[in-house]
Amino acid sequence: MNSRVDQAAARSGATRRGLVVGTALVSGALLVGCSPADLMSAGAKTEVGAFGPFIRIAADGAVTVVSKHIEFGQGSHAGLAAIVAEELDADWSRVSVEQSPANSKLYANTLMGVQGTGGSTAIANSWMQLRKAGAAARAMFTGAAAAAWKVPEAEITVKDSVVSHVASGKSAGFGDLIQGAAAIKPPAEPSLKAPEAFTLIGTDRVRRKDSLAKSTGQARYTQDVNLAGMLTAVVAHAPRFGAKVSGFDAAEARKVAGVVDVIEIPTGVAVVAKSTWAAIQGRNVLKVTWDESKAEGRGSAELEAQYTDWAAGKGALPDKLKWESFESRGDAAAAGEGEVFEATFDFPFLAHASMEPMNCVAQVGGKGGTKLTFASQSQTIDQINTARIVGALPGSIQIETLFAGGSFGRRANFQSDFVAECVQIAKKVGKGTPVKLIWTREDDMAAGYFRPLTHHRVRVRLDKDGYPATWTHRVVTQSLMKGSPLAPRGFDATTVEGAMGSPYLKATPAVDGQVLMPENGVPVLWWRSVGATHTAYVMEHTLDHLAKKAGKDPVAYRLTLFEKAGAARHIAVLKLAAEKAGWDKPAPAGVTRGVAVHECFGSVVAQIAEVRLVDGNPKVGRVVTAIDCGTAISPDQIAAQIEGGTCFGLSAALHDEMIIKAGAVDRKNFDAYPVLRHSEAPKVETYILPSTNPPSGVGEPGVPVIAPAVANAVLAATGTGTFRLPMIRA
Amino acid sequence: MATSLEINGRTVQVESAPDTPLLWVLRDEVGLTGAKFGCGIGQCGACTVLADGTPVRSCSLPVSALSGMKITTIEGLGGTHPLQEAWVKLDVPQCGYCQTGQIMSAAALLASNPRPSDAEIDAAMEGNICRCGAYQRIHAAIQEVAQATGQPTAKSRA
Ligand code: FES
Ligand code: FES
Repeated sequence: MNSRVDQAAARSGATRRGLVVGTALVSGALLVGCSPADLMSAGAKTEVGAFGPFIRIAADGAVTVVSKHIEFGQGSHAGLAAIVAEELDADWSRVSVEQSPANSKLYANTLMGVQGTGGSTAIANSWMQLRKAGAAARAMFTGAAAAAWKVPEAEITVKDSVVSHVASGKSAGFGDLIQGAAAIKPPAEPSLKAPEAFTLIGTDRVRRKDSLAKSTGQARYTQDVNLAGMLTAVVAHAPRFGAKVSGFDAAEARKVAGVVDVIEIPTGVAVVAKSTWAAIQGRNVLKVTWDESKAEGRGSAELEAQYTDWAAGKGALPDKLKWESFESRGDAAAAGEGEVFEATFDFPFLAHASMEPMNCVAQVGGKGGTKLTFASQSQTIDQINTARIVGALPGSIQIETLFAGGSFGRRANFQSDFVAECVQIAKKVGKGTPVKLIWTREDDMAAGYFRPLTHHRVRVRLDKDGYPATWTHRVVTQSLMKGSPLAPRGFDATTVEGAMGSPYLKATPAVDGQVLMPENGVPVLWWRSVGATHTAYVMEHTLDHLAKKAGKDPVAYRLTLFEKAGAARHIAVLKLAAEKAGWDKPAPAGVTRGVAVHECFGSVVAQIAEVRLVDGNPKVGRVVTAIDCGTAISPDQIAAQIEGGTCFGLSAALHDEMIIKAGAVDRKNFDAYPVLRHSEAPKVETYILPSTNPPSGVGEPGVPVIAPAVANAVLAATGTGTFRLPMIRA
Repeated sequence: MATSLEINGRTVQVESAPDTPLLWVLRDEVGLTGAKFGCGIGQCGACTVLADGTPVRSCSLPVSALSGMKITTIEGLGGTHPLQEAWVKLDVPQCGYCQTGQIMSAAALLASNPRPSDAEIDAAMEGNICRCGAYQRIHAAIQEVAQATGQPTAKSRA
């Protein structure tokens, strides 16, 4: 199982496969031990119109596409709508997008089996589903027109929401034909367009639908929800991972004007108030004592030292912890004459630090049942976790999904952590009173669910031609799947994806790759691009060290290895990036270039970064990117995701570092946890490889390549490798 | 203890305690939710509004300090400000959460410096974090408006 989108499955519209987040979310199904779609949607009441769950057409012909996926910046809303509009031949300017309700049967991610967004699958899993939905609706209109006009259906054409019959000169809009169309049975297997016939997909007309709302303050986020009678809650959380409330004194908190109640919940003590500021003020004077007997006592430094020892074969492993092989062939320990490269790499915990801190609005105990109004990334899991707390059928939990101010993976986790916290409070408040849980930035950063601290140890021996003969690789990192209902047997692929299956390992005769997945008290989670956040760095930076030892050009060296591995898509993107970057020409004065190539989420990305050293620190200028992401729905939004992903990856390369000391988060806000700012943003150029393959991921593949590309440029400039991120430590 | 504020050209009496940060007064009491909460300590710029034309971090200013000042929020730009049009034209927003603050910082910049240099844009926008990394388009949109509407300044003519 790895994160590659199964092209064949995506093409055929087949359901379910074991890709990363698939594994994660499918496990939600096993939570209740049943087939996900049917049982988890039990209790749901969703109205479906004549054109199916994804399309509504109004009497005036306006088309609304219902998105089962959350929009948190990745541009899926527009992309999904464009897929429908293409097959429906709808007037794009009159297509709008609406968020679906939670319903794991109607709105399951076809690659996960439950409703949820992640693994860069929104477009990939919807591709065939929405094409069919659009084509079926189109057939209903052509059928209705043929019947009304008594002409052969095959002679009817549709363009920009207008249905025409040229020979008879008849034409009508969707609105005019709607009654007839709605009465026609949608074909189960409507005929789909050939890619050459696309008029919208792949053009620059596919643009976001939400830019105006997001530029005027009208877009609605969880933070903006204001329901009648709503109360706001903040929670005093444990100072250390694993600590529990042992007692509290609410006397002072209750005296704060506006504070309504102080409530103990499993994760801390909630102050419920009539306004945000009152709740925060109340919490400031709340006294809580904590039982720290089961709390995590270690910090980043201790964990890193321990991981380093284990990877070097020093020190005994705790009970039940053992190395798991992820790739093995030949005798990697065999001695030989070639040069040896040996290095260790260290990566810190990382916070997602989305601009909107976690938050949720819940109503429990009212006549209408339990309702959540918030940005839900994994509706089905959030329904299940909520249902357990309130004692209801998962499908009966209503979720109105709003825009999220970023997530980068944070809003989806097996525990529904912040959602469950909100539901616990709302349950105690009861009577259906809306309760908005607000996390301050400090709450958000201290809650964990970090990209795990990770250590790699690599030893590569080159053959007489300078190419890898043996490759020994050790990875120590927490499993992202532990604690999930489907803790993987053997190893968790998300910890090594990107090293495992790498074309470089494929091109190496003897490989010994192993991973160790220790546990500790710090909750960890996928972080935009998941395993690739560290594996891409290690593989790609190692490659430049190998090329250097072999005395070969980094691009040419990679191309040879890709040839050996049969990695045709890697070759294509690397050649395109090298050509556009002018790799064969000298870099501008004072600038060095670095290259990196990585495949994840079904897409392959090559990047060439131009770097200048300013006071010894890398300053990134131009970044040339080539991507193969299958069929490009919206070239503009693909470019936007590459630009943003590059910044996200560069932030981690240069600055991001969560430090834990004695089981407590040491950096709780942007003053202590610096992130990439405006003046540091590179100028990213994006080139998309033409393709008629099904679309693959775009939101994450732009993240992991920039860090090694920059490290490789620094290596070219200084001869020194970078074996620890971030490069600039606060 | 009502405080009198002038928000987007309207005089508003607010009841929140005088030490309440302007951000929470705007959001919870006045009902203007365009300014966002991102950090609460003046580090991210998501809450940026203008006070007498100067960009301020509303999360860190007690409402009592704003009495008598003209406050402009994103809602006060009306949706047709050239920056808003450029933001839409270039599809600048991703998640969008930071963008209202970005636009307010940019509006203040262009009001005082209609043809800013690259470095001046960098400096003016450095306090606004965008975790989605839309910086490149933010920068381009500001430049686009500056080129379309900005009068050359003495400096840029020189
Ligand atoms: S919320 Fe005010 S600067 Fe971050
Ligand atoms: S657009 Fe998401 S934080 Fe800026």
